[in-house]
Amino acid sequence: MASIKVLTDVCTGCETCVSACPFGAIALNDDGVAEIGDTCTLCGSCVEACPFEAIELTKDEEKTVDLSMWHGIWVFCEIANGTLRGVGPELLGQARKLADELHTDVTALILGDEGIKDFAPELIARGADKVLAAVNPGLQQLNDIAYTGVICELVQKYHPEIILLGATGFGRSMAPRVAARLRTGLTADCTILAADTENHLLQQTRPAFGGNLMATIICPKHRPQMATVRPKVFAPLAADESRKGEIIVENVQLPKDILVETLKSSTVAGEDVNIADADIIVAVGKGIGSAKNIALAEQLADLLGGAVAVTRPLVDLGWYGYAHQVGQTGKTVAPRLYIACGISGAIQHLAGIAAETVVAVNNDPDAPIFAHAHYAINSDCVDFLQTMVETIKEKGYKAV
Amino acid sequence: MKIIVCIKQVPATNEVRLDPVTNTIIREGIESITNPFDTYAIEEAIRLKKKLGWQTAAVSMGIPAVKEILRDSMALGIDEAYLLSDRGFAGADTLATAYALAGGIQKIGGGQLIICGKMATDGDTAQVGPMLAEMLSIPHVTDVAEIIRIDEKEMVCRKLTDDGYQEIKLHLPALITVNKEINVPGLPSMQGILDTYDAPVTTYTVSDLDVAPELLGLAGSPTQVVRTFIPNLAIDNEWLTGTVNQQTDALLSRLSEHNIIEKEG
Repeated sequence: MASIKVLTDVCTGCETCVSACPFGAIALNDDGVAEIGDTCTLCGSCVEACPFEAIELTKDEEKTVDLSMWHGIWVFCEIANGTLRGVGPELLGQARKLADELHTDVTALILGDEGIKDFAPELIARGADKVLAAVNPGLQQLNDIAYTGVICELVQKYHPEIILLGATGFGRSMAPRVAARLRTGLTADCTILAADTENHLLQQTRPAFGGNLMATIICPKHRPQMATVRPKVFAPLAADESRKGEIIVENVQLPKDILVETLKSSTVAGEDVNIADADIIVAVGKGIGSAKNIALAEQLADLLGGAVAVTRPLVDLGWYGYAHQVGQTGKTVAPRLYIACGISGAIQHLAGIAAETVVAVNNDPDAPIFAHAHYAINSDCVDFLQTMVETIKEKGYKAV
Repeated sequence: MKIIVCIKQVPATNEVRLDPVTNTIIREGIESITNPFDTYAIEEAIRLKKKLGWQTAAVSMGIPAVKEILRDSMALGIDEAYLLSDRGFAGADTLATAYALAGGIQKIGGGQLIICGKMATDGDTAQVGPMLAEMLSIPHVTDVAEIIRIDEKEMVCRKLTDDGYQEIKLHLPALITVNKEINVPGLPSMQGILDTYDAPVTTYTVSDLDVAPELLGLAGSPTQVVRTFIPNLAIDNEWLTGTVNQQTDALLSRLSEHNIIEKEG
């Protein structure tokens, strides 16, 4: 089993490791040498930090899979209610870049009924070399157990080295089941994916602690290397209709015991726009003053073809639905434009914003949100929203 | 029939402060709490216990100090608490964590319903719940906002999806992860706190469980963190000044320059 120890005769008691430990697990003992406590996770930060090489971390040699039999990058492209979700093509674009660096190919994996084959030309135009279509009428509805069973069988047949999945509601539910069945690593919500060409590995970088810390993660000895990515993190490639690709159709069997059944699906009024997919978001916080003023944000969002988001306090007050909450206990959004109206900028809210351009409107010039905004407007947010709505109507602006 | 709640101890704040001299994370003075989403899981278990008369248990993995949050759950009404604590569990990624929890749950005889918070606020992965369900070979539903009905054989719940809500029926035993729509967590009673102040928390080490040690902890984790860094969140910002009309005009012209909006026609 892995272990860590301080070489007590080498340790000088300099305390470099004490401050280097991200988990506060190290303290000097009565003899003036470092002692590692129970909160240690064997992360190795102290080993790197120690100027005297006085800390030894022994990692176990693990049984490894034969890595040479695993090739190619798969992108799971979710088709929900006959619609291809945007995150699939976004990931195909990123997979294309990784595949070119790793000298391998890109396969778009789709599951559903016969009709899904119609998506193949688009997936090829967006960067796929192959489209693997797993067909069974029972796959028309997204189902964790059915999809897990089918995907795991295909993985065991084709041996992809990497699988990328969109961190949609379904992706976040199904991908961990697949990883657990395959006993491989899965990294959630990556924001940077890079190829380590020397070691032929996928470097997966993700935020932790609400975006306050970034961690780069690898999966060196297990295959496939799996990662989920939120919608809008990567841009799709422009569709190139001249690209050629191969279409492979697999008529698959469903697992015997599905055990889960969707009885009905509903889109709640005003919740037909998924904020995670929106290009423009008008977000409001308590500075909006009253529930009825949110209508102004709705008007502006309508004019710009965007969606309304809110902070946690508004959901807690019952002013707006939880499906619209951005932040640590709500959703993460990555629109092109995020207009924060009357939002002070609590760290928990900021954790949910990964926008290209942020505009902040607040009547308090010291509001923390301004430090995170590209354009800062010190003004009453209700006045601002009214003026925006009037001006846009008058001058005829629309989203590009 | 038993309901098992999986809970995690997390830092009370996510604010990562950097020591400007050593460029390392400052952890001092940050208290530990029950992962906020897990408080909804605990509350739901207690409500179901009152309604159905089932037993409840809380399970966690971590250092011995985690007994405190397990006792907190008992003060709220959870019947039994179990802690998986051993150096052999340390350094676990989500897969190795789920494997350890599955071992712990099997050790206590399994549950008809397992409830987890939808994610933990320190790792934000939302992976352990579905992985645990897979390892226990039971179905799961994530992001549950309401349990519509439940009996010993099956349940129907309402889950939040990307587009709205779905009603899902699943056979028990099953696992659900809950979001904050499901209930409003209660506070412990004074009597509850007094009764559980010194309540026993059963601790299991690796050798107590029917598990393969090489699949636990750091050794059993397929993923490895190779680097951590503080993102550079500072951005150049421009203050748009003047009257609200001038500010609006300035903003609209900047957004046009960035090709985010355009004039019609």
